[in-house]
Amino acid sequence: MNAPRLMRFLLLALVAGMPFGLQAQELIHSEKSLYRQVLVYEDGETRCMCFTVRCSKGRQTCLYVKNPDQLALGYSELMLSSLYLEPKPKSILIVGLGGGVLPRTLSQLVPDAKIDVVEIDPAVTRVAEKYFLFKQSPNLKVSEVDGRVFVKRAGREKKTYDIIMLDAFDHEYIPEHLLTQEFLEEVKPLMHPGSVLAANTFSGSGLYDYESVTYQKVFGEFYNLKTANRVILARIGGLPTLAQITENTSLFESALAKYRMTADDVIPLFNKRVDWDPKARVLTDQYSPANLLNSR
Amino acid sequence: MYSIVLYLVAGWSGFFVMGVELLGGRLLAPYFGSSIYVWGALITIFMLALSIGYLAGGRLSIHSPSLKRLGIILILAALTVSPMLLFGTGMLDSVSTAIEDPRFGSLIGSAVLFFIPTTISGMVSPYAIRLLVDDRATSGRNAGHLFFVSTFGSAAGTILTSFYLVLWLEVNQILITMIVISLALGLVACLIPKNRRDE
Repeated sequence: MNAPRLMRFLLLALVAGMPFGLQAQELIHSEKSLYRQVLVYEDGETRCMCFTVRCSKGRQTCLYVKNPDQLALGYSELMLSSLYLEPKPKSILIVGLGGGVLPRTLSQLVPDAKIDVVEIDPAVTRVAEKYFLFKQSPNLKVSEVDGRVFVKRAGREKKTYDIIMLDAFDHEYIPEHLLTQEFLEEVKPLMHPGSVLAANTFSGSGLYDYESVTYQKVFGEFYNLKTANRVILARIGGLPTLAQITENTSLFESALAKYRMTADDVIPLFNKRVDWDPKARVLTDQYSPANLLNSR
Repeated sequence: MYSIVLYLVAGWSGFFVMGVELLGGRLLAPYFGSSIYVWGALITIFMLALSIGYLAGGRLSIHSPSLKRLGIILILAALTVSPMLLFGTGMLDSVSTAIEDPRFGSLIGSAVLFFIPTTISGMVSPYAIRLLVDDRATSGRNAGHLFFVSTFGSAAGTILTSFYLVLWLEVNQILITMIVISLALGLVACLIPKNRRDE
């Protein structure tokens, strides 16, 4: 690790690890929606969207005010590394907008791709547009609807996507109907051979084993990228080898520099090891106590 | 024995209604989400059904009321929940295809699945009060006891279902267990010998 990279790493670690309450954190926007309170905090360098006061239960999205393209939360890089499995997506579905960092970055990286975003809460979309530089365009549209309902409808319309990203959970509350075998089985027909699924999930809670066996049941083997978050990367028709993935990284290396993302950070995280209890119970519509399990 | 069974029926009926309501939220979520709209629709249907059930139960208690008939009400409420086990998902699938708006979709879906059993469950409390009341002087106290037991049962059904049962069992397993308990308790009520209160 060279010196600037090390500096950056330390800075990220500092930002990620610092309890926000200790910084001069200023509330710059707050609005109540049908679902929650949407809060925007700024501390001079970073601006974050949170659903709990002083971001006590984690941040939905952050950006560096002076360099908004730079990815501020580590999991964004993990989600974007789905591009290494499918480097030329023409259509992308993202369930869960947050501050819109993923769709914003993707629409710059693959400008010809059609991106559908599903966000149930219009207040989140509003705040993303006003404070997080998110913009809708003919190629990037947000649907205000429940993720599961959107997926069911898309299935009826026989839509398919090259990349599907599931990013609808926060630390405080998991929509339990978006974490069941039946849901994933409704997502699967929206994919064709070669389509990639990237799911942002939990790495350290009592939910880990349950969630892992549920994804495995529907998608088989997957790459399991773990940091503070855990991102699952699955592909219809089998996973590419690490060599193929590494080869694909060269397609993006220069483009990603702008976002301060490099494959060298992500590639070492790729592994398929089963580090969960394979006997854990699969989550289904009939059995989905995700929030009770997550709090364990 | 007579009043113990009577209170048990009322308390269990309260448990049953709230258990079904919470599990109803689970059944609706894959089709309409789990937003405040969906819970609002579900609670509206339950409240509406209960209110009509109170009217019907009061009316029914006028003619030869008996613990046996109360037991039959409990059994009927349980039996009318059971189609949910077989046809619930298919039914919700067609409703959600026909009605895209999550508010009215979940309202219609809840009405079809829950209106009848909840109306029948609503008949239990006024009917049970009729069986308890001896005279005007104690009628308020009897009604108070009965409301206490049935609403306490509702509280128990709410917390047990949402905190524990969904962690241990599948939705349909919980429903089947509750249906079996209702049938058993209803049968007991039918078999209890007549009391002086049965006029």
